[in-house]
Amino acid sequence: MKLDSKIPQGPIDKKWSDYKNHIKLVNPANKRNIDVIVVGTGLAGGSAAATLAELGYNVKAFCYQDSPRRAHSIAAQGGINAAKNYQGDGDSIHRLFYDTVKGGDYRAREANVHRLSEVSANIIDQCVAQGVPLAREYGGLLDNRSFGGTQVSRTFYAKGQTGQQLLLGAYSAMNRQIGRGKIQMYNRHEMLDLVLVDGKARGIIARNLINGEIERHSGHAVVIATGGYGNVFFLSTNAMGSNVTAAWKAHKRGAFFANPCFTQIHPTCIPVTGDHQSKLTLMSESLRNDGRIWVPKKMEDAVAIREGKLKPTQIAEEDRDYYLERRYPSFGNLVPRDVASRAAKERCDAGYGVNATGEAVYLDFASAIERYGKEQARIQHLNENDAKLVYKLGRDVVENKYGNLFQMYEKIVDEDPYTTPMMIYPAVHYTMGGVWVDYNLMSTIEGCYVIGEANFSDHGANRLGASALMQGLADGYFVLPYTIGDYLADDIRTGAIPTDLPEFVAAEKNVQDMIDHLMNNKGSHSVDYFHKKLGKIMWDKVGMARNAQGLNEAMDEIAALREEFYKDVKVSGTAESFNQELEKALRVADFLELGELFAKDALHREESCGGHFREEHQTEEGEAQRDDENFAYAAAWEYKGNPRDAVLHKEDLVYENIKLVTRSYK
Amino acid sequence: MNLTLKIWRQKNAKEQGKIVEYKINNVSPDMSFLEMLDVLNNELIEKGDDPVAFDHDCREGICGMCSLFINGQAHGPDRGVTTCQLHMRKFKDGDTIYIEPFRAKAFPVIKDLVVDRTAFDKIQHAGGFVSVNTSGNTQDANAIPIPKHDADKSFDAATCIGCGACVATCKNSSAMLFVSAKVSQFALLPQGKVEAADRVMNMVAEMDALGFGNCTNTGACEVECPKGISLENIARMNREYLKAAL
Repeated sequence: MKLDSKIPQGPIDKKWSDYKNHIKLVNPANKRNIDVIVVGTGLAGGSAAATLAELGYNVKAFCYQDSPRRAHSIAAQGGINAAKNYQGDGDSIHRLFYDTVKGGDYRAREANVHRLSEVSANIIDQCVAQGVPLAREYGGLLDNRSFGGTQVSRTFYAKGQTGQQLLLGAYSAMNRQIGRGKIQMYNRHEMLDLVLVDGKARGIIARNLINGEIERHSGHAVVIATGGYGNVFFLSTNAMGSNVTAAWKAHKRGAFFANPCFTQIHPTCIPVTGDHQSKLTLMSESLRNDGRIWVPKKMEDAVAIREGKLKPTQIAEEDRDYYLERRYPSFGNLVPRDVASRAAKERCDAGYGVNATGEAVYLDFASAIERYGKEQARIQHLNENDAKLVYKLGRDVVENKYGNLFQMYEKIVDEDPYTTPMMIYPAVHYTMGGVWVDYNLMSTIEGCYVIGEANFSDHGANRLGASALMQGLADGYFVLPYTIGDYLADDIRTGAIPTDLPEFVAAEKNVQDMIDHLMNNKGSHSVDYFHKKLGKIMWDKVGMARNAQGLNEAMDEIAALREEFYKDVKVSGTAESFNQELEKALRVADFLELGELFAKDALHREESCGGHFREEHQTEEGEAQRDDENFAYAAAWEYKGNPRDAVLHKEDLVYENIKLVTRSYK
Repeated sequence: MNLTLKIWRQKNAKEQGKIVEYKINNVSPDMSFLEMLDVLNNELIEKGDDPVAFDHDCREGICGMCSLFINGQAHGPDRGVTTCQLHMRKFKDGDTIYIEPFRAKAFPVIKDLVVDRTAFDKIQHAGGFVSVNTSGNTQDANAIPIPKHDADKSFDAATCIGCGACVATCKNSSAMLFVSAKVSQFALLPQGKVEAADRVMNMVAEMDALGFGNCTNTGACEVECPKGISLENIARMNREYLKAAL
């Protein structure tokens, strides 16, 4: 099968509008006869469900949480980008497009990214119209801030809770349609298989998580919007329930899975403290606007800090190594996430880490507090040499910007970040890889669309800050509702899809067999036991830096662990009831397959780019070394039974509008 | 730390529940409360017992999924946090801790400590939105200037995570703090003003129909709210309601 990205012809800035003018439409009377299944109700799925219902389709929406409002998009903190140029600092659609392609280390599809940049401004208008309370200036206009990887202020935000506010906006749009009866909402349901009829996605098998019932649901198209798979590492910033199951089942039914090894390690998370830890907490990247990152210059200071004999505030200014400002003077603390993460790892590996485990660096707000304090003193005509007053005024400004993040940090670490620098360390955050989709956001299965983090399309090998929320809402509000119509126009005479077709029966049996196996297994270890083991292999050998030897070992170890899992996992309770262990077991089973494909993808990509760092491919200065000649493509894997046997298909990435150059943030 | 846990166990909505005692040893003060329960559950599974069901997801205090009534307090003894952000350093070696579900008529138990909070969604279906199409043909965002003070106040109300601690804490199982937060968010913004009257009438009617009690100004909801949602919102909702009803 040849991959066809279906990128429209014509100049980049006309592709989307020309395309929209020529796609097939479905008239409103016919939309009422078409059912669309949307799996996942975060920013992408929620906005898609609301818009499709508003257009007139019958939508069946599914989420594993008790309410769409709990989707993990809610945890995004920093903001959402849009090319509005409200600040007059030279921003434009082209610049957002350029920054995103460059930030993704030239491994994203140009046409998709340009479309994303084009609709970005509409997203802000939409959210404001919905009553999303984004941050304002005193004059009543919207405020902006800057984020890693860019030199303009294009990020819109709502304190450190932007994801929450945007998600509640999409949720409210959904609520309007649920109230009208246009969306049928299935809470606490999990998709466990995709049903294909005549090669087209025509339904799903879902488990009702409250009573354990296995249900068949049909539709003319299926939209998967179930987020990323970072929990393959066990410890990540993802919600505990975030999983790969829906996307993986689609993969097993024929959807290619692209670039699984492109995983973003976020530089500013709260460090791990012990074996009991269940997840990691992110501190928004927006903190890097004001926080300065450093470790001690002298090894003896680092050792003394680790032993508790010295406090960070006792280290003199000249004895601090602001290593990002030193290595990357033009972007400083605002380098992209992959660069910042590797730099932190490099310093900690060299022995300069500042917590008991040696895996932490400082994020320091002292100079920001002083700078803001002095500014406020001048504005208010107060004495700017009064250190105490300046501290108080500055602290108020910082609290206003990041108060909830500071509070969160204090609750977890039990230290006051206003008076002592925060400790941070990189952690698994966002997965750029995902189901391969064409320009229409359709996978290699006809009628199976994949949107938001669950697809691979817009972020390349690294995701810039504030661009995930943008992609989720762009796909759901403004892209999919057009492209899916083009496909559904052929279905106006099909009629409702019956759920007693043999394909539904077979898929249901497939799910039931898996559940029966897990429930009847007389194993001895909990699901978490296996998940933690998988996570350790992934982090040690497929984590921030990878090499061929480690990746080969990882593939063998994961395959062995998978075998052990099926022999020795123990799931208590019954299948016909609320059973959180069974839910986890079904998800971890899929992670145990995805993990191996992940390692295989990392092994085949003999270059370093974005979130993928192969130790064999680095410059003398330790920077990532990309190989455009041989690897300027998206690696799309076709399922062949065993993850190890997956077959590689390449979508060549052609850069017509942006010259491929070595990324430099120096 | 070594602790005694007294946990509410209930198979499903129909069967009767009871408190069951568990001992747990070597609890680290750095663990979150939910991580402590993870450790207990792991021990129960390896022994062949049924683990304790409890709701949780983001574990960073924002999704609103976690609940738990701990020693008679929603989300436990710490102020301004959800259960997932409550850490064991707030307890002492040898403590006995009672863990129960959020109890309210409108929140039936699903299993053990898990309750059904979809009543909150139903209230939102009745009017928790601005009726605007998601077409992308809305006017420029800066065409609606909003005073920073109003935007901030609206934001403060909008930060409600819908966890239900207010309901669980209230002696009347009232949902007034939750509903008023949503009503306030929109009432404070020009976008929400047009249908403000319908919104407050419909949401309040739905809240009553679902079996939530009324507000008697006890104020416990505000005290236990992990996000500091203020009682001021209830006063604002009452004004909005009065205005709409007249």
